[in-house]
Amino acid sequence: MSVLHLVIVAPLLLAFLVPFLHKRFQSFHTGWFVLLLPAALFIYFFQLIPAMKNQGTIQETANWIPSLGINFTAYVDGLGLLFALLITGIGSLVVLYSIFYLSKEKENLGTFYVYLLMFMGAMLGVVLSDNLIVLYAFWELTSFSSFLLIGFWFERERSRYGAQKSMLITVFGGLAMLGGFLLLHVMTGSFSVREIISMASEISSEPLFIAALVLVLLGAFTKSAQFPFHIWLPDAMEAPTPVSAYLHSATMVKAGIYMVARMSPIFAEQGTWFWLVSGIGILTLLWGSFNAVKQTDLKAILAFSTVSQLGLIMSLLGVGSAALHFKELDNNIYMAAVVAAVFHLINHATFKGSLFMVAGIVDHETGTRDIRRLGGLMQVMPITFTIALIGSFSMAGLPPFNGFLSKEMFLESMVYLLSLNIFQMNTWGVLFPVLAWIASVFTFIYSMILIFKTFAGKYKPKKLPQKPHEAPIGMLISPIILATLVIGFGLFPNVLSNSIIEPAAASIMPGLIDAGQAFDVHFSLWHGFSPALFMTIGVVLIGILLYITLPKWKKIYEILPKQFTLNHMYNSGLIRTETGSNKATNLYMTGSIRTYMIYIFVGLIGILGFSIFTKDAFAIDTSNVASIGLYEIVLALIIVVASLTILMAKSRLTSIVALGAIGYTVALFFVLFRAPDLVLTQLVIETVSVALFLLCFYHLPKMSRKEERIKFKLTNAVVAAGVGIVVTLIALSAYSTKIFDSIAQYYIENTAEKAGGGNMVNVILVDFRGFDTMFEIAVLGIAALGIYGMVRLRLSGRKTE
Amino acid sequence: MLDIVLKIALIGFSLSSVIILIRVIKGPSTPDRIVALDAMGINLAAITGITSMIFHTKAFLDVILLFGILSFIGTVAFSKFLQKGEIIEYERRS
Repeated sequence: MSVLHLVIVAPLLLAFLVPFLHKRFQSFHTGWFVLLLPAALFIYFFQLIPAMKNQGTIQETANWIPSLGINFTAYVDGLGLLFALLITGIGSLVVLYSIFYLSKEKENLGTFYVYLLMFMGAMLGVVLSDNLIVLYAFWELTSFSSFLLIGFWFERERSRYGAQKSMLITVFGGLAMLGGFLLLHVMTGSFSVREIISMASEISSEPLFIAALVLVLLGAFTKSAQFPFHIWLPDAMEAPTPVSAYLHSATMVKAGIYMVARMSPIFAEQGTWFWLVSGIGILTLLWGSFNAVKQTDLKAILAFSTVSQLGLIMSLLGVGSAALHFKELDNNIYMAAVVAAVFHLINHATFKGSLFMVAGIVDHETGTRDIRRLGGLMQVMPITFTIALIGSFSMAGLPPFNGFLSKEMFLESMVYLLSLNIFQMNTWGVLFPVLAWIASVFTFIYSMILIFKTFAGKYKPKKLPQKPHEAPIGMLISPIILATLVIGFGLFPNVLSNSIIEPAAASIMPGLIDAGQAFDVHFSLWHGFSPALFMTIGVVLIGILLYITLPKWKKIYEILPKQFTLNHMYNSGLIRTETGSNKATNLYMTGSIRTYMIYIFVGLIGILGFSIFTKDAFAIDTSNVASIGLYEIVLALIIVVASLTILMAKSRLTSIVALGAIGYTVALFFVLFRAPDLVLTQLVIETVSVALFLLCFYHLPKMSRKEERIKFKLTNAVVAAGVGIVVTLIALSAYSTKIFDSIAQYYIENTAEKAGGGNMVNVILVDFRGFDTMFEIAVLGIAALGIYGMVRLRLSGRKTE
Repeated sequence: MLDIVLKIALIGFSLSSVIILIRVIKGPSTPDRIVALDAMGINLAAITGITSMIFHTKAFLDVILLFGILSFIGTVAFSKFLQKGEIIEYERRS
């Protein structure tokens, strides 16, 4: 355990303390205690920046299960540090915001901060773990704590629904990812990400490679709400707003982005990776922005906007992965795509965090988040309005905010794709810039809706549940800081470039920087008349036009029928799985023991018959068969006749008597085969059991005592015949293929000499193998006690009698 | 000589067992079956005796005795059952 390990697990450790603090200091808001930790962690990570700048990495290992190669290896490089800064920085702001947002009296604060700290620790673990298994463990912990946080108001039905949905989808992806990790381990023999990266070129031709790639991507896509797994994110908006701001905009949904960025050096050699990541990314971008426009709930708009922005980052990472594939490209625009992805990642965390907080403030101060009831809040809440304006304009990609820069770089990368002939880009590549541009238009529209429907227009105080007023200053601090960052990064983007973005991009694309290439990230607000600039101008013009005419074309959202929405498919899929499995189970679990017996016997016939047939195991060898005497034939005939009598008998009494006859005949067989002890026992036991059968017969209820034959059923006959034939065949082959001599000779020689007895059977029973006898005595004892108990103890029947 | 006689006797007893078995199966009434079973038990005792003579062994003499005891007990139990409806009478504790 080093300091770094302690830093990662510190939130988890504090989570243990929170309930005590909450109980002990009732007068304080528990959030104040919690706030100290992420702030301290942020400072710790901040002072690591200079080390990262010089391409340095920090690595500490703590043994966990060394024999399996699973160790808690903490590894900090540019990418990990960037995420750690986001997690702790926005974490502190969110905790500060939540102190004013959540009421001390009404809410269960202890639980809230336990969950939040659990999440924070898990997230730090995800981004700073080098070992895949440890990473997976933290990954599942984020899913789990997110589940708890979404369902924080567990008395609401929608919260529980949202929590379940996100749990199902993210855990599905998590398990797929675990499968991918294990495949990677199979191929490389290592769980360490860096070691796997160093073997990347060797494994790319393995047959398991594509499977690992798809499984890991499945995990990343579900976590990052990519199409079609994005459906959990809008329903996760039932969580308290600080949670939405933290988990569902800044951190957890970016775990998938992190995974894609981290795995790029391993998988990006393949075209599949490029197409999947950038294709799904751009599709998500379009679908999310398209759907965001129709929402009427502030948080729902923000949720779909998050989905679409994540798609944007994802597609940039996909495009950037081509840099690994085509290293020979001199003018390395793909590196620019990665830089844009990292830059937008930071920008999105800042403006989306502030926008969620704004939505929370509006909700808190007016009592509603429905944009149809809001309007004209500009004069009432000027500060909130300013923050919202900055956030929305940055999201729309307008200068001078940071969103403008990353959006420009995004469009530029997309346009540049056209000019290259890679991966058969010339056929489908043209879709990328077109889709990206359309999505940008929709992004512009919903950003405008967000700001103008809420704050501009007519002030409608009567429609609002509460009398609105400006938020308390404490609640405003966090969004103000974020909005300042939005402007700050917009005006002075180069603050970030060398300190954070360059190391991060270097760890996404290792090996490219070391080649001596001068990789200097440089942003400028004005970069000449590039095609991207004209596209942005087009976005703004078309966007304004479409925003004004919005009521006219809003009908297109009703074109898609409800059955074809993804949510409907998810819901009906869930219901169908339930009813389907219920039906399937009812189909074979009939509750009738006869059916189960048929299953068992058919299984027996099937397995045994199949193995006899396939292994060609049937053999018959009559060389050591004894000669058959007349007496044996007669006895066998008696048994056959008695057995048939049992089957054909009209009355049960006849069956019982015939069974007794069989028992006695078996005793005679024992006589014939010279087993006097068996004869004695068989006779006594047969008598007793026939008497017991008669007892049962006598106590049958009068109603069901109708005398009738066993009905003939073809299935039963076939099954019975099958069992008989199979067992006979096995017995014949087993007898014919005797491999070893019997060990009986030892007993014959030693019964008198070593055990001092004359009766060999009895000596075996009590001397050579007395252990078995002991436990058979135990069986009889248990049976006797059981019968006594069943006869005597009638707990349920006592009252009715 | 004795061997042949024994075998003939064995076959005779076996045939008589088969015939008795027909009575057990057909029955018409339960007492018929019980008497048939009793006879069958004694028949079996006889068969066991002859068999042990053929095998030249004394190991089965216990079995013969057991056949006698069991068929007696069984017949008595059955008869009591037919007569009174139960085999072991006991007074129910209230």
